[in-house]
Amino acid sequence: MGVIETAVDNLRERLGERILELREFRGQTTLVLPGEALHEACGLLRDDPELAFGYLAALTAVDYWPDEPRFHVVYQLYSHKHAAFIGLRVPVGGDEPSTPSLEPLFVNANWYEREIFDLFGIRFEGSSDLRRILMPIDWVGHPLRKDYPLGYEEVQFTFNFDEINRRKPYAKE
Amino acid sequence: MAIEERQLTLDELRGLVSERAIEGDTVLLNMGPQHPSTHGVLRLLLELDGEVAVNVVPDIGFLHTGIEKNMEAKSYEKSLVMTDRMDYLNNLGNNLCYCLAVEKLVDLDVPERAQVVRVILAELQRISSHLIFLGTHALDLAAASLFLYCFREREHVLDIFEMCSGARMMTSFIRPGGLWRDVPPEFEGAVRDFVSYLPDRIQQYESLLSKNPLYIDRTRGISAITAEQALEWGLSGPVARAAGVNWDLRKSNPYSGYERYEFDVPLGTHGDVYDRYIVRIEEMRQSLRIIEQAIDRLPEGPFRSDNRKFVPPPRSELGHSMEAVIHHFKLWTEGFPAPKNSVFVTVESPRGELGCFLEGDGGPKPYRVHFRTPSFAALQALPMMSRGFLVADLVAIISSLDPILGDADR
Repeated sequence: MGVIETAVDNLRERLGERILELREFRGQTTLVLPGEALHEACGLLRDDPELAFGYLAALTAVDYWPDEPRFHVVYQLYSHKHAAFIGLRVPVGGDEPSTPSLEPLFVNANWYEREIFDLFGIRFEGSSDLRRILMPIDWVGHPLRKDYPLGYEEVQFTFNFDEINRRKPYAKE
Repeated sequence: MAIEERQLTLDELRGLVSERAIEGDTVLLNMGPQHPSTHGVLRLLLELDGEVAVNVVPDIGFLHTGIEKNMEAKSYEKSLVMTDRMDYLNNLGNNLCYCLAVEKLVDLDVPERAQVVRVILAELQRISSHLIFLGTHALDLAAASLFLYCFREREHVLDIFEMCSGARMMTSFIRPGGLWRDVPPEFEGAVRDFVSYLPDRIQQYESLLSKNPLYIDRTRGISAITAEQALEWGLSGPVARAAGVNWDLRKSNPYSGYERYEFDVPLGTHGDVYDRYIVRIEEMRQSLRIIEQAIDRLPEGPFRSDNRKFVPPPRSELGHSMEAVIHHFKLWTEGFPAPKNSVFVTVESPRGELGCFLEGDGGPKPYRVHFRTPSFAALQALPMMSRGFLVADLVAIISSLDPILGDADR
């Protein structure tokens, strides 16, 4: 039995019904959990010497607007002992999104959470330092949300030059 | 969208620096973003007690170009060009990482010749990136001549890239399903030339630095970290290996056929700046070993997959095959659809673990792309590594991490 099956079995035993979904795709396993079970699951994956998923490899989020729950926060843990990745997903509602921070368990979660806070506007409860990281500190909005426009310039032709010119956001006094 | 003007208040600073700074006991000093030894546009807020750094607060984002957002608006094939611009010293490595993710998402296989060429190009890229590290690292420590030598050698690698793709840096040569086109006949000779003459040069550079007492004084014991610290802070690549973490994704989770090549993973013991330098020098030698084996086994055959649903047909087919015309048209107007699911793929970039999280939504554009970049992780660990060292050491520490700000900010 591979380490991933062991991990899934152990998590099932511990969390039972709280595992919302198990996804298998192209040989990669991802578990969907509610936010309040995250610490328990990560603690088990990290501290069990048989599993030893002690390395937070990546942390990101996906926006499913306009569906609810709107966001998924995606964690990738790595086990150096078994050379294996396991994914965890935490759904987060779209109304004042917030989820527990992983910083108490993995200290390097901080910058990833800052990045998600910056680009998606998800708050991480218990984070030591939640500030914007990539955008300027006075930026308004969260650019990676799906309802945030990419932004482009309208093409001006002779027949509509003046019309577009009027509503163009030039720098003004 | 209106942007309110606001200034950083003292209270906001309170969490970042110690109370001593607020009482005026220590000095706050700004370093960067326009500073030659910050390797791009890294800004650091230094809290100094005399010349000792009490705390370092990195401020990144000056090179944020919204690559992930932009990729969501382009088809899978077209968003490839964005990856070149991320880590601009590891263009082909980024291409490779993204292509592996797309290939995994749509379950596309790559012919043998393309696999071998990918390995050769990725290793050449690693050598050229480490040469830049060596040059700039030495320059930061006031050994200016090495910088010129390293850039001269790197030019040979860029010539090979130009020979293949027509571009020196923004190659976009590795495509989903294989390569953009076959490598030219001169490729093999050029690579063999490079492989035969570089070992001597590496030896010469090493003789300039490795036993140089000035260099050793400034690097031995500086920023020493343990293997546990490295893993706790999510470090990977040469920085972690210098601390003794035996972890190379080419060995542990092989991709593109790396399991068939013989090479060693150089390890350090102290985790200090000197060991990081030694590890990178040794990695260049191991990369040469891999290239030698790869060029010997470079097979004949197709250079990209013949799965027409994902890879455009060759030009020659367009004249006589209606299917080829349809496929060509569909791929270049609409792109190919990918299933509604997500994959996470990692490769060993010259800086460490480069990961690509890719999610499809059934349409021809990526729904979400996220790059887990090694420079981002390394800069997060910078305060931990540099507390208690002198400002002059800080310059050595930053360059030993070899951060690329395009990689950290994306």
